Amino acid sequence: MEETCTECEAKMTIPTDALVGEIIRCRECGTEYEVSEVTRSGVKLRPAEVAEEDWGE
Amino acid sequence: MGLETKLIDARKLSLDISKKRLKNGFGDVVLQRCISYYRSLFLGKILDNYGIEAINTSQVAEVCGNKMLTTMLLAKAGVPTPRTLVALSSESVLAAADLLGFPVVLKPFTGSWGRGVSIAKDPQTLDTIVELREALPNPLEHMYYVQEFVNRPPRDIRIIVAGGEIIASVYRIAPKDDWRTNVARGATTTGFKPDGALSEMVLRSAEAVGGGVLGVDAMESDNGYTVHEVNNTVEFKGAQAATKTSIAKKIISYTVESVKR
Repeated sequence: MEETCTECEAKMTIPTDALVGEIIRCRECGTEYEVSEVTRSGVKLRPAEVAEEDWGE
Repeated sequence: MGLETKLIDARKLSLDISKKRLKNGFGDVVLQRCISYYRSLFLGKILDNYGIEAINTSQVAEVCGNKMLTTMLLAKAGVPTPRTLVALSSESVLAAADLLGFPVVLKPFTGSWGRGVSIAKDPQTLDTIVELREALPNPLEHMYYVQEFVNRPPRDIRIIVAGGEIIASVYRIAPKDDWRTNVARGATTTGFKPDGALSEMVLRSAEAVGGGVLGVDAMESDNGYTVHEVNNTVEFKGAQAATKTSIAKKIISYTVESVKR
């Protein structure tokens, strides 16, 4: 599957087994997206959340 | 592995906690992987309240998410850990640093990926750090976890434990212009086999904080191994790259076994 980065318009390859919540990173500009929905025809992406102060291990 | 699993996004949960029973679809056990410490902790407390098993428990999450609590439990268990003072306000930070001797390391009580971790090489630098922290609104920033600077090679040790088993051991080598060894900050990893002393210390550390699936961080100091942190929702991208063992599979196996117990 392919989606277009909204920042730099590069093509991003989305794995066929992508899960909701998965992070997709544009290889060209580094912008991160979160898979918000997986449908039969493809995926919907939304901008990934910015790391908050209490994120991490 | 033949398991029925359900991926739950904790952000989408709203749970009625005013009832005696929780309407839930959490199954036999919840493997907590929430990236937010507070969201994970609050969910853990709710699960705990309603008797829903979770890996790790909310008590372990609470301890490991707070460096002060972790240090106290490690010390109580006799695990060598860097000398650390807690200054309860900016008024007592300099005295704490003087007692340890400069340079000192300041770390936030909660937080990860090396954020907010800084070295104060002298009182002037310490003063600058304190001034910045005091300007922040979070009251946690107005108390100080002050630790001795440990002389070590440009690497530290991350060992992932599940129950009483070590499942992966890696050196994390600091990137060129940073003394911190977080993979999130660009550190690289290489696998190794820990010796008996290190293995024993790591397993004792994991037990000290309550056990479960944990990432124990240690250093090779001038006085031997020392454990400085135990991580709850351990991330293992770096460790997995350096080891052939499937860390995820080991974690799931441990989780399943915990239900059988």
